[in-house]
Amino acid sequence: MTTKFTPDHEYIRVEGSTGIVGITNYAQEALGDIVFVELPSVGKVLKKGDEAAVVESVKAASEIYAPVAGTVTEVNEALSSEPGLINADPEAGGWIYKIAISNAGELDGLLDAAGYADLTK
Amino acid sequence: MAETSAENLKTTPLFERHQAAGGRMVPFGGYSLPVQYPSGIMAEHKWTREQAGLFDVSHMGPSFLVLDNPSGNAEADHAAISAVIEPLISSDIAGLKPGQIRYSLLLNDNGGVLDDLMVARSPLVAGGLYIVVNAGTKDADFARIEAAAVGKARLIRADSNYALLALQGPEAVNVMAQIAPGATDLGFMTYNAFDWGSDKIVVSRCGYTGEDGFEILVVSRDAVALWDALLADPRVKPVGLGARDSLRLEAGLPLYGHDLDETVSPVEADLGFAISKRRREVGDFPGAARILAERENGPSRIRIGLIVEGAPAREGAEILDASGNAIGVVTSGGFAPSLGKAIALGFVPPAHSTQGSKLQVSVRGRAQPAEVVPTPFVPHRYFRKAKAS
Repeated sequence: MTTKFTPDHEYIRVEGSTGIVGITNYAQEALGDIVFVELPSVGKVLKKGDEAAVVESVKAASEIYAPVAGTVTEVNEALSSEPGLINADPEAGGWIYKIAISNAGELDGLLDAAGYADLTK
Repeated sequence: MAETSAENLKTTPLFERHQAAGGRMVPFGGYSLPVQYPSGIMAEHKWTREQAGLFDVSHMGPSFLVLDNPSGNAEADHAAISAVIEPLISSDIAGLKPGQIRYSLLLNDNGGVLDDLMVARSPLVAGGLYIVVNAGTKDADFARIEAAAVGKARLIRADSNYALLALQGPEAVNVMAQIAPGATDLGFMTYNAFDWGSDKIVVSRCGYTGEDGFEILVVSRDAVALWDALLADPRVKPVGLGARDSLRLEAGLPLYGHDLDETVSPVEADLGFAISKRRREVGDFPGAARILAERENGPSRIRIGLIVEGAPAREGAEILDASGNAIGVVTSGGFAPSLGKAIALGFVPPAHSTQGSKLQVSVRGRAQPAEVVPTPFVPHRYFRKAKAS
């Protein structure tokens, strides 16, 4: 199991051919209290970089992009009633959606944990 | 608002305090100010509604307008200074009692709002007014007032040698009792000066949150000491601009440059109360023809409050009728921490402005239900003294 990161502060945790996507702890701290999450619909086909979800803080809306191409297989419905899960537990309970990765090669273009840590230093 | 480059940003006397407290500094109105502290907008908002929030609003434009040659007769001098400011604004200033503050509108000749401002009659200086205008408009406002005052009065700006603090929330009065006990006797929309530190502080019982509270003008050299003294009280926490915006939105208070601009009339903005009866009857304010006609016949658009289902509708979002026709636009919108839902202010034709009207807002291309509701969204809790009978 590996986790990769985008410069836009999404993570994708890879489990077999599935990726679990959310935003990093750094991102949730920068956004502040999340008050609404717009989830993608299951079955939606995404290209790398497509807008996949929107998280809203008190002040502003931020788009969440697809780190890699694929098809949405599951969304975290708990976020509809409890968007603050993203603040409380961004990289576990606050995951946003799961994606069936269509081209695993795209993962190589993403940052690893050390690379992302450097970016956010 | 356009972002000003960091080098050109002004700082307030409390800049170091904000940084030390972990404030996230952003450019606002030409100043570097904290949008939030580490506790976050939601917690700061709720703390203000439950306890007392302390805001640095030194970017605003406090000033004093004083007669060049006062006679010494308080009533005659007040009449003279009122005659200087009244031609620019919508309010009856001549009728103010010493220490009374009035919310007013600076108008252009088309009846558009150039700024909303507070004008108060000095309780101390005959022929003196205390005027507070918005940060983004202060240079233009002050130039306009100075031009009207030539040969009669002078405007003393207090925005660079003073700090302006706002202490807001149900505990504000108990905190002020420790700082300036006399200030707790002030009723809503009155002010006075009190001894504190090396000089006097000017304390107004007003604010921009819908809560009871105070705005305190303090000389720069005493600003940090006053900030620290207020924060030494466990009922007080610092609050940034983010919560200031969500608090005023819940209170249904318009924000200049967003809900008000020079095309919007006071009638459209549902601020008819800011046009005093005497001024209305005489019709001697800028843009009176348009404003009085709109009062009589109704405006073509009017400011409303909306409760929005789903994602917050932000400034610029279209307002749609039940069938999906675009009828207006959101001018301020966001999440209301006290209500746990999204709210907005916007403008629609009066036919759609009835309470309970089912409208829609377009957010990212999707229509979401929105219902017209009365404002304030959260009831005001101002401290109004019972009128002496």
